[in-house]
Order: sequence, then C-alpha cells, then structure tokens
Amino acid sequence: MSDHEYTPKSKAGKWFNDRLPLLTLANHLTDYPTPKNLNYWWTFGGILTFCLITQIVTGLTLAMHYIAHADMAFESVEHIMRDVNYGWLIRYIHANGASMFFLAVYIHIFRSLFYGSYKSPREIIWIIGIIIYLLMMAAAFMGYVLPWGQMSFWGATVITNLFSAIPLVGEGIVTWLWGGYSVDNPTLTRFFTLHYLIPFLILGLVVLHIWALHVPGNNNPVGIDIKKPSKDTVPFHPYIVIKDGFALLMFMIVFAFFVFYAPNILGHADNYIEANPLVTPAHIVPEWYLLPFYAILRSVPDKLLGVVAMLSAILILAVLPWLDTSKIRSAVFRPLYKQFYWILVADVLILGYMGAMPAEGLYLLIARVATAYYFLHFLVILPVLGLKERTIPLPLSITEPVLGGSPNMAMAKKKESKLE
Amino acid sequence: MKKIFKLFSIIILLSLNSYSAFSAEKVEYLKTDWSFKGLFGKFDRASLQRGYQVYTEVCAACHSMKYLSYRNLSEKGGPEFSVAQAKAIAASFEVTDGPNSDGEMFTRPGKLSDKFVMPYENVKAAEAANGGAYPPDMSVLVKARGGGVDYIYSLLQGYEEAPSGMTLDDGVHYNKYMYGNKIKMSAPLSDGIIEYSDGTNASVEQMSKDVTTFLMWAAEPSLEARHQMGFKAIVYLIILTILVYFSMKRIWSRVESEV
Repeated sequence: MSDHEYTPKSKAGKWFNDRLPLLTLANHLTDYPTPKNLNYWWTFGGILTFCLITQIVTGLTLAMHYIAHADMAFESVEHIMRDVNYGWLIRYIHANGASMFFLAVYIHIFRSLFYGSYKSPREIIWIIGIIIYLLMMAAAFMGYVLPWGQMSFWGATVITNLFSAIPLVGEGIVTWLWGGYSVDNPTLTRFFTLHYLIPFLILGLVVLHIWALHVPGNNNPVGIDIKKPSKDTVPFHPYIVIKDGFALLMFMIVFAFFVFYAPNILGHADNYIEANPLVTPAHIVPEWYLLPFYAILRSVPDKLLGVVAMLSAILILAVLPWLDTSKIRSAVFRPLYKQFYWILVADVLILGYMGAMPAEGLYLLIARVATAYYFLHFLVILPVLGLKERTIPLPLSITEPVLGGSPNMAMAKKKESKLE
Repeated sequence: MKKIFKLFSIIILLSLNSYSAFSAEKVEYLKTDWSFKGLFGKFDRASLQRGYQVYTEVCAACHSMKYLSYRNLSEKGGPEFSVAQAKAIAASFEVTDGPNSDGEMFTRPGKLSDKFVMPYENVKAAEAANGGAYPPDMSVLVKARGGGVDYIYSLLQGYEEAPSGMTLDDGVHYNKYMYGNKIKMSAPLSDGIIEYSDGTNASVEQMSKDVTTFLMWAAEPSLEARHQMGFKAIVYLIILTILVYFSMKRIWSRVESEV
C-alpha cells in the first residue's frame, strides 16, 4: 500500500471521496505495489476473474432462454442452439468456459503449492480460495445437470446418492435433496436456482480473496518478504495490468480454439441423449475436472469411507498451511520439496486418468496406490520434510543479492527464466 | 515458457487419450473424407440435399427429427434448398393442427414454420411398431454417439452375417460396429434403394456418406458459421496478442526487470 494519503485533485472528487472513498480505492488498486519478479504463473488470478465474469454474463443470457423443467429442459437447450441468435456461441462459451475455469484454477492452485503462497501470513487468502474452489465444483456439477441429458441425470443420481452413505439420516437427506424419491423435476428446478446463486457467492468471495491479498501483498517466486513500495516492486498499473492482459489473450486463444473448433470434445456424447430414468448409461463419468476426486471415491471399497476420503482430499488443502512445517515458501529453495511437488502433480494427473477408466483390475489398483500417495504427501511427507530438509539460503531481496552477488540468487534467477 | 507448452501438451494428450478411451471397445471405424472437418470445413451442398433425400425416403419411416423445422432446409449453411423448394417439401406433409373454432383437430399441408412431422405419435407407438426398440430421434444423433460421424457412417455399412456360434433372436441383426454387435434395425440401405434426383449412383457407400453429412448438419446447423467466426476470432486475437506483447515490452523496459 502506498504510504502517502491520497486526495482527489478536483473539488467534486474530494467532496464525493469524503463521503464514499471509491476514488481512494481506485487509487489503491492502480498504485498497489507488486513484486516485479512475478512470472506468468501469477497471471492466472486475473484470468480466473475473466472466467468468472464470462460465465456470469453468458449464463445470464442462457437463463433468458432456458426452461428449467424436466420435460422441456433438453428441448430448450436445442432451441438455444438452433433458434436463438448466436445461441450456439453463447452456450459453447459457457460450456467450455467451465472447463477453462477449472484449467485456470488448477494452475492457480498448483502455483500456490509450488511457491508456498499459502503460508503465513496468507492463510486466510488460501482458505477463501479453497471455499471458492468448493463452490466452483458445486456450481459446475449443478450446471452439468441442467441440459437434462443422460449424463446430467445419472451424474446427478450418483452424486446425490453419496449422501445416503451418512449413517441413520442419509436416506432422509437424499430424499430432501431430490425433493422426491428420485432425481426429477423438483431436483432440476432447485439445481437451477442454486446454479444461478452460487456464482454471485463466488464473486463476493473473490472480493474477499483479493482484499485479503492486498493486506500482505503478493507472494513472489523467490518467496521472501519484500518492502513495499521499494525497488523490488512496480505499481499494479500499468505493469501488471498489461502483463496480465497479455497472458489473458494467450489464454483466450486456447479458449477460442475449443469453442469454435472442438466445442464438444470435453463433454460426453451421452449428454446429447435426453434423460431417461429407465436406461442407465454404460459408464457414468463426471466431467474431466472432477475425475481425480471420482477416482479417490471409487478406490475405497466402503461407500461411507469413500465419501469421507473424497471430501478429505479437498478439505485437507484447507489445513495445508499448518501441515507444511517449512518456513521457506518457494520451492526454488527447497530441493527435496520440489521433487515431491512434481510427484504430487503426476499423482493427481494419474488419479484423473484412472477416474475416467472403469474401476476394475489394474486401473483400480493404480488408483488405490495414487490415492494413498495423495494423503501420504500431505499428512506425512510435508510435515516431516519441513523439519528435515536442508534448504538453500535465501537472498536478502529481489534486486539486491547477498553480499557481492550470491550464486544462489543467480541460480534462482535462472530457475525463474526457465519457468517463464 | 517451455514448461507452459509442456503442461499444455500433457493436458491435451491426456484429454485426447481419455476421449478415445471412452469408445475403447471399438473396432476401427471406416474412414472417409468429410468436407466439414478442419478449420475451413464446409458442408457439401449437393451431398446435404442427397442426404435429405435418403433421410426422408428411408430413415424417416421410423426415425423422427423433432428439433428441425422445414424452414431450416432453405437456411444458409444447410442444404440450401430454395425457399420455393422448401415450401413444396413442407406442403407434401400432413400436419395436425388445431383445435379450430369448433374445438376439432384438423390436418393441413405443412408450412415452413412447422417442425419435421414425426413418424409415430409417441415413443410407445414407435416401440410397438419396432419390436420394442425405440428408433432414436435423429436431430442430434451424431453428437450423441461416441464415434460421431465415423460411427454412423460405419454402422450403416456394418451389416454382416453373424459369426458362427453367435445366436441372434428374431428381429435382431448383426452389425460389426454396433455396441455389443446386436442391433434391432435391419440393414436400412441397399444399392439402388432410392433414385437420386441428381443422377448420382445410389450405392450404399454413397448413401451412407450423404445421409451422415445430412445428420451432421442436422445436429450442428451453425457449423459453417462457427468455423468462419472462429477463424476471424482467432486471427484477431493473435494480432492483438502480438500488439500487446510489444506494448508490454515497451512498458517494462522502464524497469530493468525482464518480462
């Protein structure tokens, strides 16, 4: 935060700002001192904001034409695709936008894991982020139900049925969720309502996420605390704005490729068959972004324990700042952690792949090993590693290397440029 | 930068992998060159018109296409029949309308605004007439099958004698490409079953290709508009990205740090 008090130049501006300090806020946002060594992995926050706004705007437009009724939902989607002006474009942006949103959020999360951005004093930012991620999964799942295709219907049946694993009250909860004795029209209408509500909750949490970020300021690839403002920082505008903009444009090219040339490749063909409660699809698979958790769910033989394992896999992230005992943030200075980090990345990708495969034979075995390793990483490796690992000495600042040019700093710089 | 590409290629490889894995139990589908694939893919107009003829003379006896209207036949990017032709096609169907002022339902010739007339009143009637199997609606059929156009194209040509040792119930046929190899639909096409109005030889292969092209259009009527807009959008984005890249370099040159 800038240390000088901001006063608007014009009289009217001052009058307004004394009553509602919006101009002070705008000034804070443009002047916000940002570490100047942020690499492109840091641009995904801005990209995610773009994704959220895109989903809200296209979603509002779709909601004007969509009919949330079990007998009409599928037809109304076809109406959007055929008869609404550019309806196909809006729907394909929205459907692929969900995938792009998750692609960006996974990169954002894994960036945080690599550079230790979740560590003190940024725990609250991290926890809000995990809540946003949970809400995103809920919104995406309910959104997938709305076209009322076969995968919508059976996906909804499988996921809501998970609650029946809760002892004693499980069955009652499922009936309550469905609004009946099976997934049907009442389920569809409430999912539509919630699907409409959740993005605005996410929007509110995003404001808190950014607010909490602006208290300590950004972490950076070196992971050391820096003085703000100083030679190590640049004002957010124009430096970070243009860099985020550039990265966003690159992201949009990938996004556009999916929307215009492969709009259905990330979806499942069965969802173009209207929901039929009497016919079960051969394989019920969730969307790709939920597959790792689906694999964890299926790798536990007991239903209740499977649900517990799946939920823990997500919630364990919320306590990550306390599981990781290392004081050093950036993996650049933690040679062992860096290796375990890449193993975790591979582990999650393997889990995702296994989630798409039938749960049998070798697939199931690999999924089980990968699930066990996932928990091992967070519950054993991280706490122990923080205490045992010999880290590389940190530089004093981003610009000024340790007395007379430290070799470590040069190494860190090299690592950074490689990442870029 | 290199790592970004690595990551992207891993993701794309993985998604392609799992995508093909969903249709894993498959045999290799028959291939043909589809004019609508690729960055500039467009429908072959003549093939679409022939495909409509195959649909209406063969498939439409059992398969509905309830999300299409007769007006679509003359719209841009489709078979592009003239409006007069589309009107004549519509008028050749009897449409139930009403109730009129006496409260009676009545039939009238179809209009451009009518949806394609369905062969059966409802799903139950369709099942009853087809030995208990519902002939699926064809509006989005291509998108509703894992192998897409290649699958439909192959299926139409995949009828063979059942291998020895496989017993087929009455009214069940063997098809090389069908999931589980058993299909209730008897081979719908045979050489010369229809006479193309443009004189093209109506071989099974030709008809399969034409009708599949038609089904692709039916499922994705805005495919041509999508490809055209996509090309413009991506070129625009690339140019803008380059401009922004140089602006960024310029702005960041004020601080000594690299971007």
